[in-house]
Amino acid sequence: MIDCDIHPSIPDLKALLPYLPGHWAEMVQTRGMDELNAISYPAQSPLTARADWRPASGKPAATLAQIRSECLDPFGLSIAICNCLYGVQLLFSEDMAAAFAQAVNDWTRAELLDRDPRLRASIVVPIQSIERSVDEIERCAADPRFVQVLLLASGDQPLGKRVHWPIYAAAARHHLPIGIHAGSNYHNPPTAVGWPSYYTEDYVAQAQAFQSQLTSLICEGVFNKYPDLKLVLLESGWTWLPAHLWRLTKYWRGLRMEIPWVDRSPADIVRSNVRLSLQPTDAPPDRAGLERIIEHLQSDELLLFSTDYPHWQFDGLAAWPDGLPKSLLRKITLDNPRATYARLLEPVR
Amino acid sequence: MNVQLRPDTARTTTSRLAIADCDIHPAQRTPRDLDPWMPQRWLDHRETFGAARRLGMQSGPAYPKSQPNASRRDALPPEGGRQGSSLSFMQAQHLDPNNVTLGILNPLGSGQGVANPELSAALCHATNEWQVAEWTSRDRRLKASVVVPYEWAEAAAAEIRLWAGHPDFAQVLLLSRTAEPLGNRRYWPIYQAAAEANLPVAVHAFGYGGAPITSTGWPSLYIEEMTGHAQSSQAGLTSMVTEGIFERFPTLRVIMVEAGFAWAPPLAWRLDKIWKTLRAETPHLKLLPSEYLRRQVWWTTQPMEEPEPRTHLLDTLGWMGWDRLLFATDYPHWDYDDPAHALPLPIPETDRQKFFLGNAQAVYGT
Repeated sequence: MIDCDIHPSIPDLKALLPYLPGHWAEMVQTRGMDELNAISYPAQSPLTARADWRPASGKPAATLAQIRSECLDPFGLSIAICNCLYGVQLLFSEDMAAAFAQAVNDWTRAELLDRDPRLRASIVVPIQSIERSVDEIERCAADPRFVQVLLLASGDQPLGKRVHWPIYAAAARHHLPIGIHAGSNYHNPPTAVGWPSYYTEDYVAQAQAFQSQLTSLICEGVFNKYPDLKLVLLESGWTWLPAHLWRLTKYWRGLRMEIPWVDRSPADIVRSNVRLSLQPTDAPPDRAGLERIIEHLQSDELLLFSTDYPHWQFDGLAAWPDGLPKSLLRKITLDNPRATYARLLEPVR
Repeated sequence: MNVQLRPDTARTTTSRLAIADCDIHPAQRTPRDLDPWMPQRWLDHRETFGAARRLGMQSGPAYPKSQPNASRRDALPPEGGRQGSSLSFMQAQHLDPNNVTLGILNPLGSGQGVANPELSAALCHATNEWQVAEWTSRDRRLKASVVVPYEWAEAAAAEIRLWAGHPDFAQVLLLSRTAEPLGNRRYWPIYQAAAEANLPVAVHAFGYGGAPITSTGWPSLYIEEMTGHAQSSQAGLTSMVTEGIFERFPTLRVIMVEAGFAWAPPLAWRLDKIWKTLRAETPHLKLLPSEYLRRQVWWTTQPMEEPEPRTHLLDTLGWMGWDRLLFATDYPHWDYDDPAHALPLPIPETDRQKFFLGNAQAVYGT
């Protein structure tokens, strides 16, 4: 089993000090910098950590021992991909963001990848600067245990916009999928109609953010320019995908004159280039419903197994959603992740 | 989508199913059409300062439409004026041949979203007077919407109370892209007044709230704006559910207009799942989110999603319930759905009748 979305926590900002350049380590102390924890996952919210994965003190999934005993071992994982959600993207200074992104990646390598051969990681990039994001990709890509570039679902600009393309060029060059994870830098309101009152709305709105990004990436022509680039939507939910593609494809038929470079239907592009992690599965109440949605997707290659550990998406070991056909088990837990993450096939060390 | 209707002897009124069209856009013939109902003070103001919305352009959108006025090229009235501005041509091109027995007017480009709240209120009121004088009093099939300056909820509620009980008004009209999410308490007086007047609240795609149409900034393209109305409408509806609008106003009916509908089931599943996890945050909700949607929300059909194969849509319709959908063409806009071709699915005649007419009659009480 390959788990494509787990979330180790940086224990606290002090843990990064050994990995920060001297100036920035000093700034953390001198300026009294606090944690970089985004409001996307409030510390005590039930979703942020399942009750039985919440330690008596400290953060969930903050030590290798926790990750092993709660996730790697019980789920029988051969590989798990770490997507570190630390609020580097929220910073406004590109210098500061570049330093912290580098520290997060180096911490991940030293504290996790070097200590358990089952772990892989995504490259956190300082999206505040496209140039420095490319530099960070180049710096980390030499290590085959970095298997993906990690972006957030909401940022300053839609991800299809051409300013981002050097990131996609670098990712394609190194056979790294672009992983977009739920979350925002909160530089724009979390919804198209402003700031919500409730955290519930923020989390529901993640699905709409992914829909907007998918529209942008397809319509701007990213997959025409980089036909081998894989895009993975992480913790996006996925049952919204057919309805979104029906709408987008209808508008593509009506408005092709605006985007003549999009020479295939959006639904085709998704089937060849886009993948989605399994959890959360926002499932229909009828047991047969999930099978219908797989039928609507017209592909069994789109879903990648994930637990979303330590987020609370299911209880016990029930990461496989009720009603999802068992015939897809091998595809979703093994074949699809391997086909998506080319680097999983490369020897490590 | 952009179907050209030509004279067709086979398509006579009597041979066709009677339908409701729950999204028709009447247009002003000239920029001065509302003047008879506008106070001089606001005519002078508009003459000097315009009627700016939270958009950069003085006129015309920064995402140019795909066609002039986003309208069908064949919908220009022979006597001149813009598409949708001639009742007689609307009758000849659309209402008569398609056997529309109930047409809901949704005037856009009125005063909704105008930044100056008093000018917005004056324009909205004039738009309502204009609908009666120019449209509903001249064709009994047509029903008007109470157009309200929703960013100033007290004035919007007053406008609703002014028209409450008037037989020509079928609903209250809001636009989806509000300044705050629609469940925000600043809008509650609108729902209070609508519930008291027993008028459904229609939330039509588009608007001028000022926020980008995505949570990640302004996209480049018109197709992204058009596709994005589904996302902004989902956010507005999520807010209404989460803030407890349907708990507080249990008789309120809400109609989501021109944002598609296939997104509704997966949104409901997501809301239910996350509500179960986070319910401590919203103790004011007594039912599952999906139960409120099932009880109090309807969707107009256009632009209808078109899966390949089209039969996949039957799953969506089953998940939503056939009684949730109100047929709409969006006449005279370019992405018009033609009732002759909109539902090419093998469905029972009773469901087809509900989809095209019965549901609308039930919601609007006509």
